[in-house]
Amino acid sequence: MSTTIRIAAPKQASRGEVMELKALIRHPMETGYRRDPYGKQIPENILQRFECIYNGEKVFAGEFFRAIAADPFLTFYTVAVESGTLEFRWVGQDGQVYSESVELEVV
Amino acid sequence: MAESLQRREFLARGAALLGVALVPVAVATPGEVDLEVAGLFGNRPILPGRVTLEIPPISENGYSVPLSVEVESPMTAEDHVTRILLFAEENPQPNIARFELGLRAGRARIQTRIRMGGSQKIRAIAELSDGSLWSTETFSIVTLAACIIQ
Repeated sequence: MSTTIRIAAPKQASRGEVMELKALIRHPMETGYRRDPYGKQIPENILQRFECIYNGEKVFAGEFFRAIAADPFLTFYTVAVESGTLEFRWVGQDGQVYSESVELEVV
Repeated sequence: MAESLQRREFLARGAALLGVALVPVAVATPGEVDLEVAGLFGNRPILPGRVTLEIPPISENGYSVPLSVEVESPMTAEDHVTRILLFAEENPQPNIARFELGLRAGRARIQTRIRMGGSQKIRAIAELSDGSLWSTETFSIVTLAACIIQ
Protein backbone atom coordinates (compact mmCIF):
# COMPACT_ATOMS: atom_id res chain seq x y z
CA MET A 1 0.00 0.00 0.00
CA SER A 2 1.24 3.41 -0.71
CA THR A 3 1.26 6.40 1.55
CA THR A 4 3.68 9.18 2.30
CA ILE A 5 6.53 8.14 4.55
CA ARG A 6 9.42 10.38 5.53
CA ILE A 7 12.53 8.98 7.12
CA ALA A 8 15.48 10.92 8.46
CA ALA A 9 18.45 8.65 9.06
CA PRO A 10 22.17 9.12 8.54
CA LYS A 11 23.58 7.62 5.33
CA GLN A 12 26.85 6.98 7.02
CA ALA A 13 27.81 6.33 10.63
CA SER A 14 30.82 5.08 12.51
CA ARG A 15 30.66 1.74 14.25
CA GLY A 16 29.21 2.01 17.74
CA GLU A 17 27.70 5.43 17.11
CA VAL A 18 24.25 6.09 18.53
CA MET A 19 22.16 7.27 15.57
CA GLU A 20 19.07 9.40 15.78
CA LEU A 21 16.25 8.16 13.52
CA LYS A 22 13.09 10.01 12.65
CA ALA A 23 10.07 8.43 11.02
CA LEU A 24 6.85 10.05 9.91
CA ILE A 25 3.92 8.46 8.14
CA ARG A 26 0.86 10.13 6.73
CA HIS A 27 -2.14 8.55 8.43
CA PRO A 28 -5.36 9.95 9.98
CA MET A 29 -5.16 7.82 13.16
CA GLU A 30 -8.93 8.08 13.23
CA THR A 31 -10.12 7.49 16.78
CA GLY A 32 -13.67 6.42 16.00
CA TYR A 33 -14.96 9.24 18.22
CA ARG A 34 -15.46 11.83 15.50
CA ARG A 35 -18.50 12.38 13.35
CA ASP A 36 -18.64 13.60 9.79
CA PRO A 37 -20.65 16.71 8.81
CA TYR A 38 -23.74 14.50 8.45
CA GLY A 39 -23.46 13.22 11.99
CA LYS A 40 -22.30 9.78 10.96
CA GLN A 41 -19.58 8.27 13.08
CA ILE A 42 -16.23 8.05 11.30
CA PRO A 43 -14.98 4.49 11.85
CA GLU A 44 -11.82 3.88 13.81
CA ASN A 45 -8.73 3.54 11.67
CA ILE A 46 -5.43 3.49 13.49
CA LEU A 47 -1.94 2.19 13.04
CA GLN A 48 -1.32 -0.24 15.86
CA ARG A 49 2.32 -1.01 15.56
CA PHE A 50 5.64 0.39 14.46
CA GLU A 51 8.89 -1.51 14.06
CA CYS A 52 12.39 -0.61 13.03
CA ILE A 53 14.27 -3.56 11.61
CA TYR A 54 18.02 -3.29 11.19
CA ASN A 55 19.42 -6.02 8.94
CA GLY A 56 16.61 -8.34 9.92
CA GLU A 57 16.78 -7.62 13.60
CA LYS A 58 14.15 -5.62 15.44
CA VAL A 59 15.89 -2.77 17.22
CA PHE A 60 12.90 -0.66 18.23
CA ALA A 61 9.14 -1.11 18.27
CA GLY A 62 6.07 0.59 19.52
CA GLU A 63 2.42 -0.13 20.05
CA PHE A 64 0.17 2.82 19.25
CA PHE A 65 -3.23 3.63 20.69
CA ARG A 66 -5.78 6.29 19.73
CA ALA A 67 -3.87 8.92 21.68
CA ILE A 68 -1.09 9.01 19.09
CA ALA A 69 -1.67 12.09 16.94
CA ALA A 70 -2.52 11.92 13.24
CA ASP A 71 0.50 11.52 10.96
CA PRO A 72 2.45 9.61 13.63
CA PHE A 73 5.93 10.91 14.14
CA LEU A 74 8.69 9.21 16.08
CA THR A 75 12.25 10.02 17.00
CA PHE A 76 14.31 7.21 18.49
CA TYR A 77 17.84 5.87 18.54
CA THR A 78 19.85 2.86 17.54
CA VAL A 79 23.50 1.87 17.60
CA ALA A 80 25.29 1.57 14.25
CA VAL A 81 26.71 -1.96 14.19
CA GLU A 82 27.15 -2.83 10.52
CA SER A 83 26.32 -1.58 7.04
CA GLY A 84 22.96 -2.63 5.75
CA THR A 85 19.30 -1.77 5.64
CA LEU A 86 17.04 -0.05 8.11
CA GLU A 87 13.42 -0.92 7.53
CA PHE A 88 10.66 1.18 9.06
CA ARG A 89 7.36 -0.62 9.17
CA TRP A 90 3.88 0.30 10.36
CA VAL A 91 0.97 -2.10 10.76
CA GLY A 92 -2.63 -0.91 10.60
CA GLN A 93 -5.55 -2.28 12.58
CA ASP A 94 -6.61 -4.52 9.69
CA GLY A 95 -3.12 -5.79 9.11
CA GLN A 96 -2.15 -3.37 6.34
CA VAL A 97 1.62 -2.96 6.23
CA TYR A 98 3.35 0.24 5.20
CA SER A 99 7.11 0.27 5.00
CA GLU A 100 10.13 2.14 3.83
CA SER A 101 13.80 1.18 3.85
CA VAL A 102 17.01 3.17 3.86
CA GLU A 103 20.58 2.06 3.33
CA LEU A 104 23.21 2.71 5.93
CA GLU A 105 26.96 2.55 5.56
CA VAL A 106 28.93 1.88 8.71
CA VAL A 107 32.59 2.81 8.56
CA MET B 1 -41.26 38.33 36.81
CA ALA B 2 -42.55 36.27 33.93
CA GLU B 3 -39.70 37.59 31.86
CA SER B 4 -37.04 36.53 34.32
CA LEU B 5 -38.59 33.08 34.54
CA GLN B 6 -38.45 32.80 30.80
CA ARG B 7 -34.90 33.88 30.90
CA ARG B 8 -34.13 31.28 33.54
CA GLU B 9 -35.83 28.61 31.52
CA PHE B 10 -33.98 29.72 28.44
CA LEU B 11 -30.68 29.50 30.28
CA ALA B 12 -31.55 26.09 31.64
CA ARG B 13 -32.44 24.81 28.20
CA GLY B 14 -29.32 26.36 26.81
CA ALA B 15 -27.23 24.58 29.38
CA ALA B 16 -29.03 21.32 28.65
CA LEU B 17 -28.36 21.75 24.95
CA LEU B 18 -24.73 22.52 25.59
CA GLY B 19 -24.56 19.44 27.76
CA VAL B 20 -25.80 17.34 24.88
CA ALA B 21 -23.60 18.98 22.29
CA LEU B 22 -20.45 18.59 24.33
CA VAL B 23 -21.24 15.17 25.67
CA PRO B 24 -17.73 13.86 26.12
CA VAL B 25 -16.72 10.38 25.23
CA ALA B 26 -16.26 8.49 28.50
CA VAL B 27 -12.87 9.45 29.87
CA ALA B 28 -10.26 7.33 31.51
CA THR B 29 -9.66 8.25 35.13
CA PRO B 30 -6.58 8.06 37.32
CA GLY B 31 -8.16 4.87 38.61
CA GLU B 32 -8.30 3.41 35.11
CA VAL B 33 -4.65 4.17 34.54
CA ASP B 34 -3.86 2.48 37.87
CA LEU B 35 -5.95 -0.50 36.81
CA GLU B 36 -4.18 -0.71 33.46
CA VAL B 37 -0.79 -0.46 35.16
CA ALA B 38 -1.77 -3.10 37.72
CA GLY B 39 -2.90 -5.34 34.86
CA LEU B 40 0.48 -4.96 33.17
CA PHE B 41 2.80 -5.09 36.14
CA GLY B 42 0.79 -6.65 38.96
CA ASN B 43 1.94 -5.33 42.30
CA ARG B 44 5.60 -4.91 41.34
CA PRO B 45 6.92 -1.72 42.96
CA ILE B 46 7.12 1.34 40.70
CA LEU B 47 9.74 3.79 41.88
CA PRO B 48 9.80 7.51 41.17
CA GLY B 49 12.82 8.74 39.20
CA ARG B 50 15.12 7.98 36.25
CA VAL B 51 12.40 8.95 33.78
CA THR B 52 12.12 12.46 32.34
CA LEU B 53 8.94 13.42 30.57
CA GLU B 54 8.72 16.68 28.65
CA ILE B 55 5.41 18.08 27.44
CA PRO B 56 4.67 21.78 26.98
CA PRO B 57 2.98 23.06 30.17
CA ILE B 58 0.28 24.65 28.03
CA SER B 59 -0.79 23.56 24.53
CA GLU B 60 -3.30 25.35 22.37
CA ASN B 61 -4.25 22.25 20.49
CA GLY B 62 -4.84 18.91 22.14
CA TYR B 63 -4.83 17.14 18.78
CA SER B 64 -1.07 17.23 18.53
CA VAL B 65 1.06 17.75 21.61
CA PRO B 66 4.80 17.13 21.33
CA LEU B 67 6.09 14.70 23.93
CA SER B 68 9.60 13.67 24.77
CA VAL B 69 10.53 10.91 27.18
CA GLU B 70 14.00 9.90 28.25
CA VAL B 71 15.21 7.30 30.71
CA GLU B 72 18.51 7.63 32.47
CA SER B 73 20.34 4.42 31.65
CA PRO B 74 23.83 3.36 30.62
CA MET B 75 22.19 1.07 28.00
CA THR B 76 24.70 -1.72 28.61
CA ALA B 77 24.05 -5.47 28.44
CA GLU B 78 23.61 -5.56 32.22
CA ASP B 79 21.58 -2.40 32.56
CA HIS B 80 19.27 -1.14 29.83
CA VAL B 81 15.72 -0.04 29.26
CA THR B 82 13.39 -2.64 27.79
CA ARG B 83 10.07 -0.79 27.67
CA ILE B 84 8.64 2.70 27.98
CA LEU B 85 4.87 3.05 28.45
CA LEU B 86 2.80 6.22 28.32
CA PHE B 87 -0.58 6.77 29.96
CA ALA B 88 -3.19 9.52 29.94
CA GLU B 89 -5.67 9.95 32.78
CA GLU B 90 -8.31 12.01 31.01
CA ASN B 91 -8.34 10.51 27.54
CA PRO B 92 -11.13 8.10 26.55
CA GLN B 93 -8.51 5.35 26.69
CA PRO B 94 -5.76 5.19 29.34
CA ASN B 95 -3.04 4.00 26.93
CA ILE B 96 -1.05 6.30 24.67
CA ALA B 97 1.77 4.06 23.48
CA ARG B 98 4.07 1.26 24.58
CA PHE B 99 7.59 1.26 23.22
CA GLU B 100 9.95 -1.70 23.15
CA LEU B 101 13.61 -0.87 23.28
CA GLY B 102 16.61 -3.02 23.76
CA LEU B 103 20.32 -2.96 24.16
CA ARG B 104 20.66 -1.85 20.56
CA ALA B 105 18.71 1.37 21.10
CA GLY B 106 21.87 2.97 22.49
CA ARG B 107 19.87 5.74 24.05
CA ALA B 108 16.49 5.50 25.78
CA ARG B 109 14.89 8.61 24.36
CA ILE B 110 11.69 8.86 22.31
CA GLN B 111 9.84 11.80 20.87
CA THR B 112 6.36 11.71 19.42
CA ARG B 113 3.13 13.68 19.25
CA ILE B 114 0.07 12.77 21.26
CA ARG B 115 -3.58 13.67 21.59
CA MET B 116 -4.93 15.05 24.82
CA GLY B 117 -8.65 15.03 25.57
CA GLY B 118 -8.23 17.69 28.24
CA SER B 119 -5.77 19.11 30.72
CA GLN B 120 -4.30 16.23 32.61
CA LYS B 121 -1.42 14.27 34.03
CA ILE B 122 0.56 12.17 31.61
CA ARG B 123 2.41 9.25 33.16
CA ALA B 124 5.48 7.46 31.83
CA ILE B 125 6.70 4.13 33.16
CA ALA B 126 10.00 2.56 32.19
CA GLU B 127 10.85 -1.10 32.62
CA LEU B 128 14.54 -1.91 32.96
CA SER B 129 16.44 -5.07 32.09
CA ASP B 130 16.71 -5.95 35.80
CA GLY B 131 12.92 -5.89 35.98
CA SER B 132 12.71 -2.68 37.99
CA LEU B 133 10.03 -0.11 37.14
CA TRP B 134 10.51 3.65 37.21
CA SER B 135 8.01 6.34 36.62
CA THR B 136 7.27 10.01 36.39
CA GLU B 137 4.27 12.18 35.58
CA THR B 138 3.76 15.66 34.19
CA PHE B 139 0.71 17.86 34.21
CA SER B 140 -0.15 19.62 31.00
CA ILE B 141 -2.91 22.06 30.15
CA VAL B 142 -4.67 22.07 26.78
CA THR B 143 -6.99 24.85 25.71
CA LEU B 144 -8.59 22.98 22.81
CA ALA B 145 -9.11 19.36 23.75
CA ALA B 146 -9.00 16.55 21.22
CA CYS B 147 -11.83 13.95 21.19
CA ILE B 148 -14.80 16.02 22.31
CA ILE B 149 -14.73 18.57 19.53
CA GLN B 150 -16.53 17.23 16.49
